[in-house]
Amino acid sequence: MTFGVLQFPGSCDDRDALMACARVGEARLVWHADTDLSGIDVIVVPGGFSYGDYLRAGAIARFAPAMEAVAEHADAGRLVLGICNGFQVLCESGLLPGALLPNDSMRFVCRQVDLTVESTETAFSGECRPGDRLSIPVKHQTGRYFAPSDQLDELEARGGVVLRYAPGENPNGSARDIAGIVNERGTVMGLMPHPEHAVDPLTGSADGLRIFASLASRAAEPAGVSA
Amino acid sequence: MRAKVLIRPKEGILDPQGKAIERTLPALGFRGVSQVRVGRLVELEADDPDRLAELCEKLLANPLIEDYEIELDGAAQTSAGPVSGEARGQ
Repeated sequence: MTFGVLQFPGSCDDRDALMACARVGEARLVWHADTDLSGIDVIVVPGGFSYGDYLRAGAIARFAPAMEAVAEHADAGRLVLGICNGFQVLCESGLLPGALLPNDSMRFVCRQVDLTVESTETAFSGECRPGDRLSIPVKHQTGRYFAPSDQLDELEARGGVVLRYAPGENPNGSARDIAGIVNERGTVMGLMPHPEHAVDPLTGSADGLRIFASLASRAAEPAGVSA
Repeated sequence: MRAKVLIRPKEGILDPQGKAIERTLPALGFRGVSQVRVGRLVELEADDPDRLAELCEKLLANPLIEDYEIELDGAAQTSAGPVSGEARGQ
């Protein structure tokens, strides 16, 4: 299975994401002006500050030629993972519900947080067990997940919350401690924490690798929510 | 035509930037200032002002979290976005 990691001007976690993907499969970078995603099973929209994050985080990147191709990739039921700025881009694109707002602390947060796995019924979390705790770093200023309460209810009811900040760990004021969500088809996931920075015990935790390993074991299969 | 677009966080959505400003004011000797909210002002020249609302919906504002107002030669029109949100106090 092959991963394609998008690279916008201003991306800064593309190389780490590429290396994380390369641990579990084939991986290549996709420049933001490219629209050829042939041979790619999983698209990763990485962290950073795409197009300087001007206007709103992710607002400009949404219109990149590569993102049009990603929207088609997603429409075809293929897998997309958005990390941090990538999550913001996917929300701005309408591929995921909700929006990311500035942290309630008014500060940039950069630290290790504990997450709890809420759903293992997705292509992104199949290598986890329900209730598992993952230690993964966050580093962002605009990570407060927000959606109107009726949308949050709907999201929860359909099992769309994949990861939550563990009790007392919410670093940004996200609604209902939400750290990572998946779309209705179970094919597009966004999360604020950085699993690509937690793939080797040398840097404190290898828990993030389980997200990539889950994808690697699912990517070759037809898309859709697992049974 | 010259136009101004004013974008602000929707009512009910916590605005940390406004809050930071508000907290600074007493130290500077300004009292009695509250409910500070920070938005954005976009000035532009539009050949087809009728498409400005669409431009706002698609790019300048995120209708889920922001309201916008378009001002053409002094005449304002406001986005009729419903008030949403529960972020306050979280």
